This record gives sequence, structure tokens and C-alpha cells, in this order.
Amino acid sequence: MLYFTRWKAAAIVLTALFVCLFAVPNFFPEKTVQSWPKWAQRHMVLGLDLQGGSHILLEVDTKAVRKDMLETLRDDVRRVLRDARVGYTGLAVRGNGAEVRIRDAASLDNALTKLRELSLPLGGILGGSGQRSLDISNDADGLVRLTVNEPAVIERVRQSVEQSIQIIERRVNELGTVEPLIQRQGTDRILVQVPGLQDPTRLKELLGKTAKLDFRMVDTNTSVEAALQGRAPPESEVLYSTTAPKTPYLIEKRVLVSGGELTDAQPGFDQRTSEPIVSFRFNTSGARKFAQVTQENVGKPFAIVLDNEVISAPVIREPILGGSGQISGSFTVQSANDLSILLRAGALPAPLTIIEERTVGPGLGADSISKGKLSSYVGAGMVIAFMLVTYGLFGLFANIAVAINVAMIFGVLSLLNATLTLPGIAGIVLTVGIAVDSNVLIYERIREEVRAGRSPINAIDAGFSRALATILDSNITTFIAAAVLFYIGTGPVRGFAVTLGIGIITTVFTAFTVTRLIVATWVRWRRPQRVPI
Amino acid sequence: MRLLRIVPDDTKFDFMRFRRISFPISALLSILAISLYFFHGLNFGIDFKGGMLIEVQSKSGPADLSKMRASLGALGLGEVQLQQFGAPTDVLIRISEQPGGDAAQQQAVGKVRGALGSDVDYRRVEVVGPRVSGELLSYGVVGLGLAILCILVYLWFRFEWQFALGAMIANVHDIVLTIGFMSVTQVDFDLTSIAALLTILGYSLNDTVVIYDRIREMLRKFKKMPMTDLLNASVNQTLSRSVITHVTVSLALLALLLFGGQAIHSFTATMLFGVVLVGTYTSVFIAAPILIYLGVGTGRDALSQSDKP
Repeated sequence: MLYFTRWKAAAIVLTALFVCLFAVPNFFPEKTVQSWPKWAQRHMVLGLDLQGGSHILLEVDTKAVRKDMLETLRDDVRRVLRDARVGYTGLAVRGNGAEVRIRDAASLDNALTKLRELSLPLGGILGGSGQRSLDISNDADGLVRLTVNEPAVIERVRQSVEQSIQIIERRVNELGTVEPLIQRQGTDRILVQVPGLQDPTRLKELLGKTAKLDFRMVDTNTSVEAALQGRAPPESEVLYSTTAPKTPYLIEKRVLVSGGELTDAQPGFDQRTSEPIVSFRFNTSGARKFAQVTQENVGKPFAIVLDNEVISAPVIREPILGGSGQISGSFTVQSANDLSILLRAGALPAPLTIIEERTVGPGLGADSISKGKLSSYVGAGMVIAFMLVTYGLFGLFANIAVAINVAMIFGVLSLLNATLTLPGIAGIVLTVGIAVDSNVLIYERIREEVRAGRSPINAIDAGFSRALATILDSNITTFIAAAVLFYIGTGPVRGFAVTLGIGIITTVFTAFTVTRLIVATWVRWRRPQRVPI
Repeated sequence: MRLLRIVPDDTKFDFMRFRRISFPISALLSILAISLYFFHGLNFGIDFKGGMLIEVQSKSGPADLSKMRASLGALGLGEVQLQQFGAPTDVLIRISEQPGGDAAQQQAVGKVRGALGSDVDYRRVEVVGPRVSGELLSYGVVGLGLAILCILVYLWFRFEWQFALGAMIANVHDIVLTIGFMSVTQVDFDLTSIAALLTILGYSLNDTVVIYDRIREMLRKFKKMPMTDLLNASVNQTLSRSVITHVTVSLALLALLLFGGQAIHSFTATMLFGVVLVGTYTSVFIAAPILIYLGVGTGRDALSQSDKP
């Protein structure tokens, strides 16, 4: 156990040195590190609990996605049957699908053929399974039932998440924050992590808005009062204004031009009133539609509707042919700015709900770092002193090995660009405990072998070989606990599991190589007559 | 220089004799811990219960708790708990989960921000919705079970099944007592507590495995030695290591407890209890002697000469 070939000793020293070197960039300011070659720039990332920031978990509203799919299905069925000139009654959304009764039994086959074209093969992760989006069945008296099946809903939710991620990226980037992290979690969730934010209120407002903008006509045929008493015509609905007091408007459901046709939106000021406004520009087809509508409806009010709230309902004074316009609606500078960000980024395909939020202010983060440092130094200091008192020279060897161990943990963490959290620091402190234990196991075993009457070199050799088996056994069990912790944990707990897991690996490595090499070198150099422990 | 010897060489404590006291004590404590869990309960944090946790720091001198309590109480958010947290300027506000799903939680945070105004700095805001909290709890429980199972399988491969079973009994004993501790102290039981429990599990096993390793070695070496003598010898031989290791771990944990700040206070307190108090006791007084009952070394004289009537 105490004999090392020259190249083996060199390999151990080089490996330890190599891993430790990766920890170096953490001790230099970011500016300096950026001028280094790319491979040398890897460093630990401070977790949100240390540098401050917001962790927000969003969920796509599956119910809304399903409702939207069912309504689209109903409209599609209507269109298909109308195009095929098939008479029908009682078309409605029912349960998980749509039902329609075909009047004439003779045209049932034709209708079924046409309706089957609505059922699309499912792509994505289920691609090639031959599954289609709709289950279609009919009974003898002409009732056809089209059911949206569960895989189709899941697929749509998955697509919504993907689109939402892109839109959220555009929105968050407008905030000008450093390195936001936006990623999918599970099938229907999105994790947004934005470091170094003082107040997440604005971020949450930008994330929580669907930003579905519609231009629609105000229904002037029925009064709002009558509509509020339940006499709203089926093609219109009552919507309220965004500003308090909430004023009701009767708005047509038909969308003239949607926000999807905007090419640009910018905040600005009205030249006459110097109120904040948002000016926008349509794409070609949007501009054409808008021009046509405004030409036909001069003198009538239309409404600009955002997420089912009326921003403003101006009267069309003259046809707007240029394809651009402005929205004014008691904005503040901030809200005009936010609305233009939202309009530029586009509307979310489905509403998102915030289901978890964790925000740490920068003050607390800095406090945690200093407390983490202080407790680590004190803990390390006490352990070092205790080891020196207990084992003397061998205690010094142990302290050197543990120091190398800690440096290697930092190296590996940097190499993985891992995130260091406060529980992560606790993990490192605990690793120091485990690392010391490996040395204690070895030394106690050596003491025993000495007592059993072995010669010093023999005792050291036997001590190592017997203790290392125990070290391996005991560390694997702790490692299993760390692995499970990593697997089930989120955020802070994961940070703890990462440092603990890495710490166990480096501990086993140092115990098997570095500590052994140090002691072996000392034995060869001093040829001890007695073991000083 | 004379080196420190906490445990003298060649100790000969009769640990196995003590099992007649330690087993009933442990059984009693376990029953006590379980009934505490059922009748006193754990103080579930927002991770598992849902709700809001807001840490604020007063910008102008010590925080006026009664004034804050009055203004937050007027919001009609149900139970609002205020607690001084570390420095006199820092206040921890706990608000129970709001009825009305995930969106209602966010509205409540908005109301709190409105009520406290700009006199305070928001150091930490955590909001966990009803669905996430349910998932986190089941993840935690599943994780704990999974960890015990994985470790068992590993021990079963490395040792005999009796050792795996003995380690498991010792483990469950540790977890149960630590949960009892958490119930008595009413520390927040959250994700970090699950991390603490898992670490205690790892450490306690680490200790048990070291002793088991020695027992296995002794079983091979001394074919004739009576079981109690063999177990006593194994525990005595590893005693010095156990004590020294626990002193170093305690030193590290003590530093975290004293200087690590409020955020990890309950974590380290739980660890200190679980690792140092329970873990050490368990490996010596439960994990080792239980092997006698599990039938390790049958065929040997189960009792040493001194034990015989």
C-alpha cells in the first residue's frame, strides 16, 4: 500500500493539481476572467439565494387549452359541414368533444368522410404511433360525436409550453437582466430564474399577462344596460375597461384584426396631450383588414381589447389606411412601456399561472455569503486545530489532504458550472467532516495495528489497506443518500446534494491517493522507528 | 508533544449488557416520538402546506411588530404570523394558503406589499401554491423511502441480510426520533428538513457500516468467540474513531449553528440532534446488539460466560 511507482505518484499529483486549477477563476473578478481562454473561464455560479433573484414556476392552464381546442373543433365542424353542404342540427360542445346530428341519413357517409379529415396524426414524441387527434363515432340516427383524446391535449399543452418559452424569453430579455434561465419542467411547466432583481413585481406582471390583443367593434345595436340584464345578443359580450371605475362595454365577439398581425409596438407620447401612448404598426394583411374595417365604419366606436379587458374604445373619425396607429388609454410611462414589450413579444398561446415563487433580495444574499464564509472558516479552523492536537504530524497530513479535498470540490463545481447555494455551503462543511473521518479511520487503524505489535511501516501499510475498504463502504451509503436527494430535490436541496455528492467522490479519491502518497513519501524519507500517533 | 487521547486504548466497556436498558428506552422513545407526531404534529412549512413566507427588514430602526400585525391583520388574509428573525429589524411573516387557487396567492402578496409600504426592504418572498406543495411533500416522502431502500439493497449485497435488516431498524429508529425532536421543537418542517433527515440517514449509516465492517472482520477472524464478546470487542475497537469523528462533525455543525445565520439554523439544529446524539447512540447501542436477535453468528455461544446464570 505504501509503494508508488514514479509515474503513478506523478499521475496522482497531476490529477489533483489539474482539478484544483479549475477552482482558480472563482478567486478573480469576472472582468479579469473574461480575458482568459474559453476553457479556463468555467466557474461556479452563485445560486439565487446567495446573489438574490427570483425563481418563478409557471404552469400552462390545461383547462383553458382544452376549452380552446373544443371551441375550435366546434367551429371547424360547422365550417366543414357548411362547405360540404350537409344539413345538421344541434352542433354543440359536450364533455370532451363536439356533437352534431346530421339531418339527412343519405349524406351521413359524406359528412363522416369530411369530418375525419379534421383528425390529424399526432406528431412530436408520439410520432409514428399512428394515433390521431380525434376519436369519431356515430349512431344509427345520425348523431356524430367527435372526441378530443387525451394525447392530443397533452401534445397541444407541450406545444404551448414550447411557444410560451420563446415568448417569455423575449419578454424577460427586455428587462435587461443578466443570464435569465428559462426552461421547461415536466410537461406543462416553465421555470423562470432571473438573478439580481430588486423587485419581481414587474417581472411577474410581464409573465402573467397572456397579451392577447384584439381590435373589435363595439355593438351599438343593443344598450349595455340591456346586455347586463342578460339580453346580450349571442354574437356580442360584455367586457369591462382596464381602468377603475370598471366601465362595461358591449363588444362584438368577432375579431377584426388580432395582435398577431402587429409588426412593431413602441411607447411614446401623444403630441397634443403629451400623455403616454403605445404606437403600433400592422403587417400587410393586417393593414389591409384594418383599412377596410375603418373605411366601412367611420363614425362608429371600436374597441382595443387586451386579455378580455377594454383598453380604450375610440370612435373611428376617418379611415386609417397607413397600417399604423396609436393606443391611448390612461397609461403611465411604465405601463405604456410594458404593453409595447408584451405586444412586440407576442401573445402566449394559453394563459400561464404562477404556482411557485421564491425571491431573495440582494441584501439577504450578501448576508448569507458572509455568514457562510464565516461559519466555514470557524468550522475549518476548529477541525484543523482538533486534528493537530489529536494526531500531531499525521494531523497536519490530514489537514493538507482535507485542504486539497476542498480545493478539488471547488474545482469540480467550477468544471460543471454548478450552482453554489447556501445549503451547498453547508454540504461542503459536512464534507469536511466526512473527509476528516476518512483520515481518522486510517489513523485509528494504524494505532490498532501498532498496538497489535506490528513494525511501524507494517502497521501503516496494514492500517491503510484495512481502513480503505471501510471508507469505501461507508461513503457509498452516504453517496446513495446524496444521489436520492439530488434526484428528488429542487433548488436549494439539489445544491446541497451536489456538493455532498461531489465531496464524497473527492474524499474517496484523496483518501486512496493523496493521503496515502503523503504518508508514503514521509515514510520513505524518514524511515520512522515508531509511529508518531 | 503529547497527543490528545479522548478514548484510552483498549477500552472494555460491556456495551451489549446495556441492551437490556437501551432497547426498552429506545422503544419507549420511539413510541413517544410517534405519538408526538400524531398528537402534537409537525410544524409544516410552506413547502408542504402552501402559503407565503415573507422576510422583511425595517429601514428605520427596530421593526414595530404590533403595528405590522395590525396593518396585516386588517387585510383579511386569514392567519398571519409575525416573528422576529435574527436581528431586531428583521421580521418573518407567515401567511397561510389563501382559498381560490394559485392566482389568489399572488394577489395576497400584492396586498401585503401594499400594506407594508416602502418602510421595509423585502429580503425574501416565497409563495408556494397548493398543487406544488402537495407534490413537494410526496416527493419528499418518496425520496426518503427510496433512499432507505437503495441503501438496504446495497448493504444486502455487501453484507448478509441480517446486517441490512439491522441497519434498517437502526435507521428507522433515527428518523423516528428526529421527527419526534422536530415535533417537540416545532421547527419548520420543509424541504430542508427532508435534506437534514437524509443526511442524518447517511451519517448514521456511515457509522453503522464502520462498526458492521469490524464485526464482519471479527466474525471471520475468531470463529469460536461468543457473540456478545465479539460485538463488545468490535464496538470497543471502533470507539475511538467514533468519538473523534463525532467531535469533528460536531465542531463543523456547531460553527454552522452559531455563525451560519437564521436561514440554516433549524437545519443545523436538527442535524446536530440527529447525527451527534441519536446517530452515535444508535450504532453502538442498537445496530450492534440487534444482530444477536437477528441471528448473526448462530452456532456460536450466544451469551458470554459472564452472562450465563
